[in-house]
Amino acid sequence: MRWLSDPLLTVDHLSMHFGGIRAVSDLSFTAGRRDITALIGPNGAGKTTVFNCITGFYKPTSGRLAFAREGLAELDDVAAITRSARRHARMASGDIYLLERMPDFQIARQARVARTFQNIRLFSGMTVLENLIVAQHNILMRASGFTILGLLGLPPYRTREAEAVKTATYWLERIGLLPRADDPAGDLPYGDQRRLEIARAMCTDPVLLCLDEPAAGLNPRESAELTKLLCAIRDDHGTSVLLIEHDMSVVMNISDHIVVLDHGVKISDGASDFVRDDPNVIAAYLGVPGDDTTAEQRA
Amino acid sequence: MPDAAASDAVPSKTQNRFIAALRDAAFVGLITAGLSFPLIALRAEADMNNHLELQQRWSWLVSATIAMAASRFIASIFDRLVARIVGVTGVWLILFAGGTAYYATDTHPGVIAGCVLAGLIAIGLAAALNRSSVDAGRTETRPAEPSRFYRLDTSGGSLAGNLISIAALGCAIAFPLVVLAWLGPQGSLKWINNYGVQILIYVMLGWGLNIVVGLAGLLDLGYVAFYAVGCYAYALLATKFGLSFWLCLPLAGVLAAFWGILLGFPVLRLRGDYLAIVTLAFGEIINIVLTNWVDLTNGDAGIPSIPRITFFGLPFTAADDGFAARFGIEFSPIHRNIFLFYLILALALLTNFVTLRLRRLPIGRAWEALREDEIACRSLGINTTSTKLTAFALGAMFGGFAGAFFAVRQGFVNPNSFTFSESASILAMVVLGGMGSQIGVALAAAVMIGGTELLRELDFLKVLFGAAFDPSQYRMLIFGFGMVAMMIWKPRGLVSTRSPSIFLKQRKAIAGALVKEGHG
Amino acid sequence: MENFLQQLINGITLGSIYGLIAIGYTMVFGIIGMVNFAHGDVFMVSAFIALIIFLALTQLLGVSSIYVAIFIVLLASMLLTSLWNWTIERVAYRPLRGSFRLAPLISAIGMSIFLMNFVQAVQGPRNKPLPPMFNEVIHVTSGGAFDVTLAYKQIIIVAVTAVLLAGFWYLVQKTPLGRAQRAVEQDRRMAALLGIDVDRTVSITFVMGAALAAVAGTLYLVNYGVVSFSDGFTPGVKAFTAAVLGGIGSIPGAVLGGLMIGLIETLWAAYVSNDYKNVAAFSVLIIVLIFMPSGLLGKPEVEKV
Repeated sequence: MRWLSDPLLTVDHLSMHFGGIRAVSDLSFTAGRRDITALIGPNGAGKTTVFNCITGFYKPTSGRLAFAREGLAELDDVAAITRSARRHARMASGDIYLLERMPDFQIARQARVARTFQNIRLFSGMTVLENLIVAQHNILMRASGFTILGLLGLPPYRTREAEAVKTATYWLERIGLLPRADDPAGDLPYGDQRRLEIARAMCTDPVLLCLDEPAAGLNPRESAELTKLLCAIRDDHGTSVLLIEHDMSVVMNISDHIVVLDHGVKISDGASDFVRDDPNVIAAYLGVPGDDTTAEQRA
Repeated sequence: MPDAAASDAVPSKTQNRFIAALRDAAFVGLITAGLSFPLIALRAEADMNNHLELQQRWSWLVSATIAMAASRFIASIFDRLVARIVGVTGVWLILFAGGTAYYATDTHPGVIAGCVLAGLIAIGLAAALNRSSVDAGRTETRPAEPSRFYRLDTSGGSLAGNLISIAALGCAIAFPLVVLAWLGPQGSLKWINNYGVQILIYVMLGWGLNIVVGLAGLLDLGYVAFYAVGCYAYALLATKFGLSFWLCLPLAGVLAAFWGILLGFPVLRLRGDYLAIVTLAFGEIINIVLTNWVDLTNGDAGIPSIPRITFFGLPFTAADDGFAARFGIEFSPIHRNIFLFYLILALALLTNFVTLRLRRLPIGRAWEALREDEIACRSLGINTTSTKLTAFALGAMFGGFAGAFFAVRQGFVNPNSFTFSESASILAMVVLGGMGSQIGVALAAAVMIGGTELLRELDFLKVLFGAAFDPSQYRMLIFGFGMVAMMIWKPRGLVSTRSPSIFLKQRKAIAGALVKEGHG
Repeated sequence: MENFLQQLINGITLGSIYGLIAIGYTMVFGIIGMVNFAHGDVFMVSAFIALIIFLALTQLLGVSSIYVAIFIVLLASMLLTSLWNWTIERVAYRPLRGSFRLAPLISAIGMSIFLMNFVQAVQGPRNKPLPPMFNEVIHVTSGGAFDVTLAYKQIIIVAVTAVLLAGFWYLVQKTPLGRAQRAVEQDRRMAALLGIDVDRTVSITFVMGAALAAVAGTLYLVNYGVVSFSDGFTPGVKAFTAAVLGGIGSIPGAVLGGLMIGLIETLWAAYVSNDYKNVAAFSVLIIVLIFMPSGLLGKPEVEKV
């Protein structure tokens, strides 16, 4: 129950409306530190919208997204930041960020939340290696003295770049793509592209990794590899994972905690055993006899 | 009996094909006639009282119609591109001969006969070329479109690329000296100035814009504005405050970069064609201001007598303290032009060096990543606004350098040098060269500028068409048509592959089809 | 006050012409996502065609009624300009369809240079002046500082524009052709799978854009009585500006943008500075785009993540 004892991300009363459409309404949940948290639900439940709010691509209509990067955040601290106009504060327990107040690239850079996309977004005209080097942009940018020192070709940048290549090589080895390092990313088969996107996100050295349907379109063997990779990311790197997934074999195998959404509302929240047997979840996925009217009303 | 059926079908197929080609030709002829009817066959010309009179030129319409129909006919009956080109050339030669005989009656009959003969030979050759290719084509299957897949560039690619670059550089360095030795100071002036310096200015501008369009994928239709800022910066600072060129050159770059940031700040969040139109509008605004702010810029009359280039302080004059006297050589105006040539070569190489370096630095990779996928960039923590701004500012800075050079070379500037067609030409060089490819852009600049300059040499046509014929008005017409033709021939430019900025084992060229062109 | 009213009338007249050209830009952009840079020059070509047909009718065929002549000129110019634009699309843009985005743009710029220099070569570089026509004016007010007048030609321009726009609106909104156009606009591949002839639909779009540009060209000739080979660029850029201002892809937006640009230009020229009237038009464009990035009536672009 780490999501209750040591939450990394606390979503409070999150709502996101597009015109008259309520994609997410009053959603609250927490994601535990070093947990794999799965966000599941039928199509159109608002899962990707939640992701886009967390990673700053959408500004939520209302609600708070508190991110305690290093350690347990005191509720008073979070409340104090919320009252102030600031989006970040350094507390005794570590940095606390209010993600809903930050622009997207700052969420990735400062709060260190990385993500992948449902429809893979690789830099297809760049090589596999280049994709992973671009992911280390901010570190390299500092090392290159914001380009000026790098332009002169000074050695500190050279060494830092070599380290970046080492990091990239490490991840390529982990996902088994080292032999294809110099091939364009757009040439890889679909499953490899999915894994490369995860590796690219990991190259930003994230605290929280958000994966939007990483197993979509994978065959069973690739799914199994993905499961292993995600567990390794959690166990070896201490990175927490937030996951949207439809493949229940993946979800049930690896998730420490599952949050179920339907029509933008949370209908269940707990460990996998609890969620599996929750009648609300079964109703949402399979439909309940006599429930047609309510479904229509919701639609 | 498939074989028998096939052999039966052959003659009727050829016959069908012939008829189809005739139908095609008739259709094209009809369209041409329709297109030419108002614009070619009738010409509105004002008489002495400024009253418009119509001149009728029906023979022009007939010639145009026959020419297009015949070309189309040749193109339809031949399959192979080479055969088509040779065949159409033949047709045009014959028509040219006919036209010359009709219009320019003083032409030597030998010329006409020669043209007809050459044309016939060309058509015969085309038929032969086509036949051999049809035979070959029966056995080989048509290969899949090659550009779809990445081309494996086994180590030789980059080596060959390097060799080409070094060879090109060597040629550029040797060019003025070779020309000077060959043609003497008088004859070489045109080649060094009109060709050498002119081409290199555009090479530099193309490389500058390449940062913005080719690497960062931001469509800038007003690049000439920064060229103008640099140019007027030097012209004004030198004439009003007497600052030297060597001081003004960096200042012009800084000013242009400043304007780039000033423009970039509000507009860089616009996407795609909105950015294009805003940059175009900015270019037009700069031009209008330069034209109308007469107190500062002297308007259309321009700024005359801008101080000329000096050899780091030594003027290129016949005076005692001049360059020639100081170095103990005989004075010649060509010295200045040779110096200008090497100066712009150095500036262009600086642009190239910086761009190549930046491509291997995080900022350059971020530009290319931005071109590929902006949203993914943001998800990786890249500040896209500042990344775009640096691209804009750097591109503008090199434009500013080129502008200052232009002012010192011309000695006179007015707003007519900074019209939209300049921006369009520079953009065309970037696209035609292959977005992001340095050597491609240089090649495209050389072809486009050198080609249009060569078209100035069309005076020999006067011999054929008579003294009233003015070839210069066909120069830009051919230029425009060439742009269309080259785009259709190579939509992704001369160098369509992208060379990776870093590699583990092997540098492999990336096929153009995979490389995105950006949304901004 | 009188001056303002007069400028308003002039601005609407000019704006009608810009609006007609802007529709060509906006339709082509809507259907194949390309900025047709040659459209301004197609407009110029149409003005030349109108000029020549007008001269042919009056000088060679001896048509004496100016109303009949202009009516025939309008039809002939629409027809022949459509043929030009059809050919241009066929030769310079269709081979590049589905190719990468900048290739058709450069091809269009090349086409624009070609058209301008072609007309210069075949018709000569000098201005082509016509004697003024439709000189009668209606006095809207009198007795003030000066009389506000409404010229017959202004009435003709606005009336022709309104009638044609109504017909055009019907064509796009209510006919199977318009439906096919909107379908191709949404999803070219799907439209093709459903049996819509995409090539033909795109061709017709170019033809329609050219026909409206031809109306604009004829009205331009009627209004100004003079045309030269370089007259395509500035109205073209301003009409494109109008299309973007109104929201590119939106046909009512193009008309609204055209009227706005016409009014801004006329009023600025009257009250502030004639030299800087184009700066005003472009500045308004930049300001509007900064605050409303998809133009006045354009669909807001939702970023798909």
